[in-house]
Amino acid sequence: MIEASSTQIWIIIVGMAIGTFLIRFSFLGLVGDRPLPAWLLRLLRYTPVAVLPAVVAPMLLGAKADMDPLRLFCAAATILVGVWTKNVLWAIITGLGLFFGLGAVIG
Amino acid sequence: MSLSPAAQQFLKGAKDGLPFHIVIWPFAAIFGAIATQAGLNVVEVMGFSILVIAGSAQLAALQLMTENAPTLIVLATALAVNLRMGMYSASITPHLGKSSLLTRAFASYMLYDQPYALSTIKFEKEPDLSLSEKTGYFFGSAIPIAIAWYAMTLAGALLGEKIPTDIGVDFAVPVTFLAVVAPMLKTLAHVASALTSVVLVLILGFMPYGTGLLVAAAAALVVGARVEIWMDKRKAAA
Repeated sequence: MIEASSTQIWIIIVGMAIGTFLIRFSFLGLVGDRPLPAWLLRLLRYTPVAVLPAVVAPMLLGAKADMDPLRLFCAAATILVGVWTKNVLWAIITGLGLFFGLGAVIG
Repeated sequence: MSLSPAAQQFLKGAKDGLPFHIVIWPFAAIFGAIATQAGLNVVEVMGFSILVIAGSAQLAALQLMTENAPTLIVLATALAVNLRMGMYSASITPHLGKSSLLTRAFASYMLYDQPYALSTIKFEKEPDLSLSEKTGYFFGSAIPIAIAWYAMTLAGALLGEKIPTDIGVDFAVPVTFLAVVAPMLKTLAHVASALTSVVLVLILGFMPYGTGLLVAAAAALVVGARVEIWMDKRKAAA
């Protein structure tokens, strides 16, 4: 159970709200329509492929992950279908369909 | 009735966002349920989902609060989890930077993973979209998911213990992120960047507050750009 006082809880909520907003506003708000240098634009083009795998990998392969073979198999299938079809929806349907389908069969 | 080009793009964004609802609905309900069970009241739970809109940071904060971590540590950890969104902000600026300050502020409030990813895919595929079309698409991909996030958090908070929290939704999050990334792996540079990101984040797992993610992501950006330059040179020489 959370023992923090109501004040502490609201400090956390409002602090996270302001901090998160400032992080998201940082470039979009402050740079606005000033042009960014070409080298920076080149770097930023890789943002999704650089960030999202780093979010996912610890969930599946990190020290605290349970390395469940079913999950790893379904994750691999998601990637393969995504690369092959270039379609986000098909990849999600494959990954979750296999996970819940095989999960129900295997138990 | 004919819709303006911006409104058409809004609808396209909303449609492209549909697959994410499969994940967001149960995820939000589970957040609402476990936050209530941990002792937060409905207003506090909704404060998180409406003011912050960042699922993984909200869960991280909740986890630390139940462990009775100091307030500052909770804040620092949750914000570290969200620092990746600074990269999203930079990356989307060339597309939305010309909008009014108010629009940019509202877009910043909604700059979470899913609309960012959908919009980047869209704007790379169709670079000739006008500013209002891009803005329309972004909000189309962001607003419906955000509304689902609020509504299902509320449902989870009200239903509390009636919500099963162990139905494997934790796996739905990595699956949607992988499904977003996989179609982007179209050049050697993208693949190299993604691999760098995975390998480094696992090696740097010991770093506190998830900061390994930031180092891994920054290195992966550089690797992607370097490989691209190298491939361009090879092509020029050939």
